[in-house]
Amino acid sequence: MLILTCPCCGVTGEETEFHAGGEAHLKRHGPGSTADQFEEYLFMRENPKGVHFERWRHVYGCGKWFHAARSTTTLEVYGTYAAQTHEPPKDLRDTISKKVPGWTWREFQ
Amino acid sequence: MKRYSAFAIAREAMRHHTGWNRAWRDAQPKPKYDVIIVGAGGHGLATAYYLGKNFGITNVAILEKGWLGGGNTGRNTTIIRSNYLQDPSAAIYEKSRSLYETMSQDLNYNVMFSPRGLIMLAQTHHEVRGYQRTAHANALQGVSTEFISPERVKELVPIINIDGPRYPVLGGLYQARGGTARHDAVAWGYARACSDMGMDVIQQCEVTAVRTEGGKVTGVDTTRGPINCDKLGGVVAGHSGHLCDMAGFRLPIESVALQALVSEPIKPCMDVVVMANTVHGYMSQSDKGEMVIGGGTDGYNNYTQRGSFHHIEETVRALIETFPMVSRLKMLRQWGGIVDVTGDRSPILSKTPVEGMFINCGWGTGGFKAIPGSGWAMAELMAKGQSPLTDEFSMHRFREGKFIDESVAAGVAH
Ligand SMILES: Cc1cc2nc3c(=O)[nH]c(=O)nc-3n(C[C@H](O)[C@H](O)[C@H](O)COP(=O)(O)OP(=O)(O)OC[C@H]3O[C@@H](n4cnc5c(N)ncnc54)[C@H](O)[C@@H]3O)c2cc1C
Ligand SMILES: [Zn+2]
Repeated sequence: MLILTCPCCGVTGEETEFHAGGEAHLKRHGPGSTADQFEEYLFMRENPKGVHFERWRHVYGCGKWFHAARSTTTLEVYGTYAAQTHEPPKDLRDTISKKVPGWTWREFQ
Repeated sequence: MKRYSAFAIAREAMRHHTGWNRAWRDAQPKPKYDVIIVGAGGHGLATAYYLGKNFGITNVAILEKGWLGGGNTGRNTTIIRSNYLQDPSAAIYEKSRSLYETMSQDLNYNVMFSPRGLIMLAQTHHEVRGYQRTAHANALQGVSTEFISPERVKELVPIINIDGPRYPVLGGLYQARGGTARHDAVAWGYARACSDMGMDVIQQCEVTAVRTEGGKVTGVDTTRGPINCDKLGGVVAGHSGHLCDMAGFRLPIESVALQALVSEPIKPCMDVVVMANTVHGYMSQSDKGEMVIGGGTDGYNNYTQRGSFHHIEETVRALIETFPMVSRLKMLRQWGGIVDVTGDRSPILSKTPVEGMFINCGWGTGGFKAIPGSGWAMAELMAKGQSPLTDEFSMHRFREGKFIDESVAAGVAH
C-alpha cells in the first residue's frame, strides 16, 4: 500500500484515497506536429524499471491533481510536487540522485 | 526423449521410479545461435517450439533470467477462451484454443486441458448488449459461443445468486469449449519438446544488453556472458519496455501488477469458469478443489510482483454478492504478476526498428490462453518475416490508428 502526501492540501493518506493518473510530463504537441509526435504523446511510454514520474489525483480528499516521483522496483515514494510544472523540482531530483545514482528519465536526470 | 505413457508409468512403478529421465537438459550457453528467444515463459517457449516444429529451425536458445515459467505463465489463473470481438483477435485466440485441444498429445505431456465451459456474466444492460454483439461477431468468425439466459446460467452454476440487489445476472456469453489448463505443465511440456529438438533452454541467464551493428541485431549480453545470434525474439511480458529500452526504442506499453488468490480446497461445487466483468472478479475451481479467484489490475506502473491489498478486498467483496458461499471460505494464498498492458488491450507481435529483432508482448492480463497460437504465429513471423496471424498486431498500428479494441472482451483481467 503506497502512502502519498498531497502537496495541495498537505494530507498524508493511503493509496485508496488517491487515484493514479499515469505517466507525467507528457508533451502534447500543437498543430503542425508530426504523426510520430502525436503517437508519442498518446501511446509511447517510458515504463521504466526504476524512477517514475507520474500523476495522481486526491479523489477522496481535496480533489486536486499533483505529481509524484516513485520507484517501480521498490515502490518507494521519493516525493510529491505540484501539478503546475513541466518537470520535477531540482531538490527532488537531487534527493533521487542520492538514492539512485545515474537514474535517467526522458530529457531530465 | 523417453515417451510418457501408461505403460511407462507401470514399468516405473515396478522399479521404484528409477528410470525417469530429466525432462529437459540443463544447457550451457554456446557462443552463437541462429535464433535467441528472451524469456522462457509460455510464449517464448511456444515460439521456439514452432520454429523447430514448423520451420526446422533448431539452433535456438531460450534465455530466462529466473526459472522456466516463473513469470506470468506460472502465476496466472489459466482461463482459456476465444470469445473476443475483433476479427484479428478471433483468428489468433481461436487458433490458440484449438491448439490447446490436442496439446497434450502433440507434446506427449499432460497439460490437463479442461474445456469445461466458460460464462462471462452480463450484469448490466450495457453488458447484455455488448455480449450479444460479441456472440454475433463470434458467429461470423466461426467461433462457437452463445448468449444464454439467467435461468441457463443458474442451471450451469447452481452456487450462483442470479438476483443480487446491485448486480443481478441478466444473461451470459457462454463458450462451451472454453476452460482451463495446467499452467506450469504448458511451460514444462514445451521446454521438454524444445530440449528434445536440440534447443538450449538456459535458466538464470538475464539479458542485460541488446547488441546491434548498423541497425541490425548481432547478439545480447547476459549475466552468463555475451551470446551472438542472427535473429532475436523478445518475449518478456512485463519486462518488454525494459528490454526494448536496451535496444533503443520505446513501446506503447505500461507494466502493472495483477493479482490472484486461491481458497482452501473444498468439494466440487462449480464445474465451469465464471467471469463477472462489471464487478471485476472471476472464479473457477481447480482439480485440487481450490477456488481460483482473480480481479483487476493496480492503477500504477510496477515491477515488484506484488500488488495492493485493497484490490484483493474489492475482488472478493464483489464476488460475494454473486457467489454468497465465498464468504465462508478461507483464502490460502495470494500473489501477483507484472502484466504488459497496451492502449487497445491487444498484443503486439511485430518487427521492430532494429532489424532482426522481433517482439511478442502486450498480452497483458490475458495471454495464457494465447500461448500456442502466439507461438505458432510468432515463429512464422520470425522465420518468414510475415504471418497472416500477426499482420494486424504490428507495434505501428497505434500511429496509424488501426487499433484492435478489445477493452470489452478484456475488461477484466483473465
Ligand atoms: C494474476 C494473473 C492472472 C492471469 N490470468 C490469466 C488467465 O486466466 N487467462 C489468461 O489467458 N491469461 C492470464 N494472465 C496473463 C498471462 O499470465 C500472461 O499473458 C502470459 O502468461 C504471458 O506469458 P509470457 O510467456 O509472455 O510471459 P511470462 O510468463 O511472464 O514470461 C516472460 C519471461 O521472461 C523473463 N525475462 C524478463 N526479462 C528478462 C531478461 N532481461 N532476460 C531473460 N529473461 C527475462 C521472465 O523472467 C519471465 O519468465 C494472468 C496474469 C496474471 C499475473
Ligand atoms: Zn489533497
